Amino acid sequence: MTLPPPAVLEVADAAVRFGEVRALDGVSLSILPGECIGLVGHNGAGKSTIVSVINGGLTPQQGEIFSDGTRMAPYGIGVARSRGVRCVFQELSLCPNLSIIENTRIMHRSLGGFAWRRRAQGIISPSLDAIFPGHGIDIRGHVGALSIAQRQMVEIAMAFSDAGQPPRLVILDEPTSSLDAGLSAQLLAHVRRFVAGGGAVILISHMLNEILETASRIVVMKDGKIVAERGERGFDHASLVEAMGSAARDQAAARSATAVTRSVLRLALPKGRSFRAFKGEVVGLAGLGGHGQTQLLLALFDMHSPQWWPRRDPAVTFVAGDRRENGIFDLWSILKNMTVASMGEMSRRGFVQDRAEAARGVEWKARIDIRTPDMNNPILSLSGGNQQKVLFARALSTRAPVVLMDDPMRGVDVGTKHEVYGMIRAEAEAGRTFVWYSTETEEMQLCDRVLVFREGAIVAELTGDAISEHSILRASFEGEAA
Amino acid sequence: MRVSADTLRLAVPVASFLLLLGGVFFLQPRTMSYNGLHLLFNLAVPIALATIAQMLIMAVNDLDLSMGTFVSFVACVAATYLHDTPLMGVLILLAAIATYAALGVVIYLRNLPSIVVTLGMSFVWAGLAVLILPVPGGTAPEWARAVMISKPPLVPMAIVASALLAVFAHLLIMRSSLGVLIRGVGGNQRSVQRAGWSILVARASAYALAASFAVAAGICLVGLTTSADANIALRYTLLSIAGVIFGGGEFTGGRISPIGAVIGALTLTLAGSFLSFLRISPDWQIGAQGAILIMVLALRLLLNRLESKGRVA
Amino acid sequence: MKSLMAKPWIWSFVAALSVWLATIGVTAGASFVGLSQAALTFAAFSVLVGIGQMFVITLGPGNIDLSVPATMTLAGTVALKFMDGHNGLIVHGLIIALAVGIGVGVLNYALIKALRIPPIIATLSMSFIVQSAAIWTNRGLRIKPPQALADFTTSTSFGIPNIALLALLISIVAWVLLHRTPYGRWIAAIGQSLPAARMAGIAVDGNRFVTYLLCASLAAVCGYLLACFSGGAALNMGAEYLLMSIAVVVIGGTAVAGGDSNVPGIWGASLFMFLVVSMLNTYGLGAGVRLIMTGAIIIAVILLASGRKAGAR
Repeated sequence: MTLPPPAVLEVADAAVRFGEVRALDGVSLSILPGECIGLVGHNGAGKSTIVSVINGGLTPQQGEIFSDGTRMAPYGIGVARSRGVRCVFQELSLCPNLSIIENTRIMHRSLGGFAWRRRAQGIISPSLDAIFPGHGIDIRGHVGALSIAQRQMVEIAMAFSDAGQPPRLVILDEPTSSLDAGLSAQLLAHVRRFVAGGGAVILISHMLNEILETASRIVVMKDGKIVAERGERGFDHASLVEAMGSAARDQAAARSATAVTRSVLRLALPKGRSFRAFKGEVVGLAGLGGHGQTQLLLALFDMHSPQWWPRRDPAVTFVAGDRRENGIFDLWSILKNMTVASMGEMSRRGFVQDRAEAARGVEWKARIDIRTPDMNNPILSLSGGNQQKVLFARALSTRAPVVLMDDPMRGVDVGTKHEVYGMIRAEAEAGRTFVWYSTETEEMQLCDRVLVFREGAIVAELTGDAISEHSILRASFEGEAA
Repeated sequence: MRVSADTLRLAVPVASFLLLLGGVFFLQPRTMSYNGLHLLFNLAVPIALATIAQMLIMAVNDLDLSMGTFVSFVACVAATYLHDTPLMGVLILLAAIATYAALGVVIYLRNLPSIVVTLGMSFVWAGLAVLILPVPGGTAPEWARAVMISKPPLVPMAIVASALLAVFAHLLIMRSSLGVLIRGVGGNQRSVQRAGWSILVARASAYALAASFAVAAGICLVGLTTSADANIALRYTLLSIAGVIFGGGEFTGGRISPIGAVIGALTLTLAGSFLSFLRISPDWQIGAQGAILIMVLALRLLLNRLESKGRVA
Repeated sequence: MKSLMAKPWIWSFVAALSVWLATIGVTAGASFVGLSQAALTFAAFSVLVGIGQMFVITLGPGNIDLSVPATMTLAGTVALKFMDGHNGLIVHGLIIALAVGIGVGVLNYALIKALRIPPIIATLSMSFIVQSAAIWTNRGLRIKPPQALADFTTSTSFGIPNIALLALLISIVAWVLLHRTPYGRWIAAIGQSLPAARMAGIAVDGNRFVTYLLCASLAAVCGYLLACFSGGAALNMGAEYLLMSIAVVVIGGTAVAGGDSNVPGIWGASLFMFLVVSMLNTYGLGAGVRLIMTGAIIIAVILLASGRKAGAR
């Protein structure tokens, strides 16, 4: 009787917390040689987090990692690479100013010595030819001149390349997002060959038919846990979408249909129907992360924001979800962070009115419950959730009739979320328009209308009772309709 | 035949160089001789060396505003210590190179802006130069002098030296692993780090190499002028930056071209002569350099726009 | 008292005071009035250009105006030429100087915005063009300033040099702009995070444009006053002020990365820099040591500041 082969990599009971958010809540996954695991789940399910743990980029607060039966401690990117783990992310990791051969040199440290170029070529060229026959890419050209699809092809070829350290587990995170149908088919065929030859692959994709065709085992994640795990015959399209959703929850109070009012925003999108928003409406943007929602918000913002001459009253205001990038001013106090968008109102005859500013601070500290003894304390003294509240206060306290929100509730505690929901509802009733991108279904249920995005286009428009997790999931994932 | 983007970028400096050369020959036919070319280009050699040095700093996304004072400092050391007590001179220059390497590391570790740090250092080098040579003087070392006034058959020394420099720099920076590493740091530092390389070593190497080329520039300069003074190379700061940009290099992204940089340096040297042959008042010669830089950058913007349009997403 | 100690600019004043005491001590108090008045006078000029540079540096990393000395020279030259010694044209001369400053500022930002040239290179190139214009305007003639103006700039009121009083006035205006107006908030926001500032609805381009205008205008006014003080516009009158304008900003406690600036520190740093030079002269140490110390101080200050924690501002 033969023993089963040891897992190439095994993660035991991993848990990761980012502040209040449980990105991974006790996940155990073992990857055996010769299998292709399809990893599916909606936003925030934990897919990227578990992948980061596997490739060594993130150390879990709890849990252990085994490779070939041996416990790996400490584990990191270097150790992962030496165990044969390779990763292709959605964000490209090539150096655009170097050629493909030179990028290969960077990727494989051990390639040094005389005539390394020829050796590098001998590594990357066969890999590229094997995966994408007839690719037509010039190995000597530099990466910056390649199209996005070509860059993706090179990254994939790098991950599968063998420079003396053969890859044993290749993680592909939405690898076909930039590839056309022909190239995607070539890639998936190679994945099947690789797996048949004893390698292991983790495939993350929102194209469910790819997963159903290629994976030997499908793992469904939700809210940081694995909720379902079946072999390849165990799922079909409909049951997969079903599994990604949760058990029926308390349906939030259905939105009452509001009378149609005048249009306040309109923007044509490159594909599909154009975007419209009406006065007093709460419009939700749904779908998988990175499918055009943030781009739409930014485009709407740019259309109506001054670049040269400050407006007395802004036309739109923005609540950022990525507060480090787009939101807070590190060096400033809480109060200054809050009032920066309302400087027109806060000043008279060109001078900032301290008292008006302080009063505004007191008002909103109470309204949105900012937990701080003193609004003049540095912004960084606040917890992440409270910083987010300040960003809300900044936007809501302006007189702009349109509020754009870019997944702003991340990391905010439940109590505050509900308070803010109430505020949004009240302001909408008073005539303010909200365009709200969120990755939480329950927030979408608070909207008058939900637009589901997929690959940069609006693929579904849901209203009233039709706004449900199931309908959003179905529209987010490509494949045959149930 | 597909023309690569790099070749296109080289086309601008090469074309400008040939155009200018043609212009100079037209205005002053006597320059079309061995001696004429020698006089036109011999000052270009130290400038080209300084340009390569600046290019290495720009390769890691920094900028060196102390290039001019550093080269002046080296020139002063070369004209005094290197001539009188060679061992001491060599030690001083090695210490200077080590200082540069340390700067590259400190800037990275403490996340300091290279502009202000090199600005501060420019004071230090200037002060050291003044201490060594408060008044112009000193004597060039014999060997430096000999190299710079040598007359190889057929082609003037300046052209030979520039060509050799271009080839050597190209091999070092564009063909070797170290060069790939340095440029990679400029292109995508995070990826290079994740692949397991030491950014510290890469940056220290880039800065040390840059300092070495700058040292060579100072020695060559003294070889040409036979004596030195503390302000001898102050204009090298802008000239070196202009040369790199002109030759197709960029401020960020690690995209540089050693051959382009050398041609850029030669072209800028030539531009000076061209302007004086055109009898453009010396009042405007400095301004012309600024205008040339602006025009090159405008052209670059245009080329970039065309390049990104040609790339299909 | 504790909050006073925590201010970033306090150290520049402490340093200035120390050096002042050290110098007075050597001369046994004999130079008290003379030294102080000289310090205030020369510091005033540094302060004027320092304030302009401070506003630009507030805009964030990479923002710096290297065209300051050239603008000073051109403004001084043109204004003096226009006034041609007539007392009645003093105000007109000032307006002309301001016009020069605004013109340079507009061109600077046009290069930065339209041609996407990094501010360092844009302002550096402009400085070359502007310097050429100054050389061309000057033509070697040394035109004297109007007598009334020359007297004003070289005399004192209540024992304090007039220039210093003017600079103080402008400093107060700058302080108000920075701390009491929306403009001050907006540029500090831009300096901390340009994307966040844009998303907060701040008119980024407009604010940056105005700031570059402000810097060039202050440089022009400084040039106008300096030319009158020195009895004529010399072509190299701005040379020292480039590095000085940046140094006094940095040493005065303004964050080099932008977003956190202060005006008092510029005074402390300007006084400090002048007093260091005097002290070194008093102790008999030459230009070389002065330069090295200046550079070392700048680098030391940035190194120390890079470890400073951000407080509530």
